[in-house]
Amino acid sequence: MAHDDPDHPHALLPPDPALRVRALETVLTRKGLIDPAALDAIIDTYQNRVGPKNGAAVVARAWSDPGFRADLLDDATAAVSGMGFHGRQGEHIVAVENTPEVHNMVVCTLCSCYPWPLLGVPPAWYKSDAYRARAVREPRKVLAEFGVTLPEETAVRVWDSTAEVRYLVLPMRPKGTDGLSEEALAALVGRDAMIGTALASAPEGAA
Amino acid sequence: MSARPDPVFAEPWHAQLFALTVHLNEQGLFAWPDWAARFGATLKRHGLSRELDGGDDYFAAWLETLEALLDEAGAAPGSVVEDLRAAWERAYLMTPHGDPVHLAES
Repeated sequence: MAHDDPDHPHALLPPDPALRVRALETVLTRKGLIDPAALDAIIDTYQNRVGPKNGAAVVARAWSDPGFRADLLDDATAAVSGMGFHGRQGEHIVAVENTPEVHNMVVCTLCSCYPWPLLGVPPAWYKSDAYRARAVREPRKVLAEFGVTLPEETAVRVWDSTAEVRYLVLPMRPKGTDGLSEEALAALVGRDAMIGTALASAPEGAA
Repeated sequence: MSARPDPVFAEPWHAQLFALTVHLNEQGLFAWPDWAARFGATLKRHGLSRELDGGDDYFAAWLETLEALLDEAGAAPGSVVEDLRAAWERAYLMTPHGDPVHLAES
């Protein structure tokens, strides 16, 4: 830390929106409406604890345990809650299963509703106008840009998330994964596979 | 899968703003569906003039939505927020580089 940098005789001025957020925090803290420690805890949760690993664990269990898979497809909110993943905003989670007949893909055309407890905070592209507008209009083209080409006979179904309902795509289990542990299976499931803009990865060594 | 993942929040203020909004919702200041409807409307308005890339512009729309909501609710009137923003700016400009920045007690 250069404390005597001649270019910065005073503390580095944060960008305007950062000052506006600071101002909101100050007024709300003074009124006792927020607890600054709670803000730190929320940031820590989303930066370090909650992320696509949660969703991958859910997918891996569904691949390994037919009973859990049935529960997940029946009532995902309850099924993932049993694994310790709870929604903060009272939303319902719905799992949609990919099959050779149907490939599912998730978008939020309104803003950026997303299954936070399972996938963390959405990536910028999920929040972009380009994805939000085009996912519904031309899903196959969008998928192709993500490097996903589906067989002609596979239909694409696009699910529009809302504040109340968030979707998790249950990808197809890759070939050559018989006998893999849940942990090894989870490593094949990336974030985009659970949004539906990718497929689960093939295991190492598989053609 | 070996590539370093993108940071969850590109800027510290994105994280602060996200956490502030989640916390206010959990404190019961507003219901999440109402938030989503308002935020969606702001995004739509901003998206009319240019294509939003989901980065800074996304959180700028988020901030504008939260400021308007808190102003209307009386929880953080716009004039008070603007005074505090200016006070924070002054505090940064007055504080020697390297020292922690505090707001002068008003």
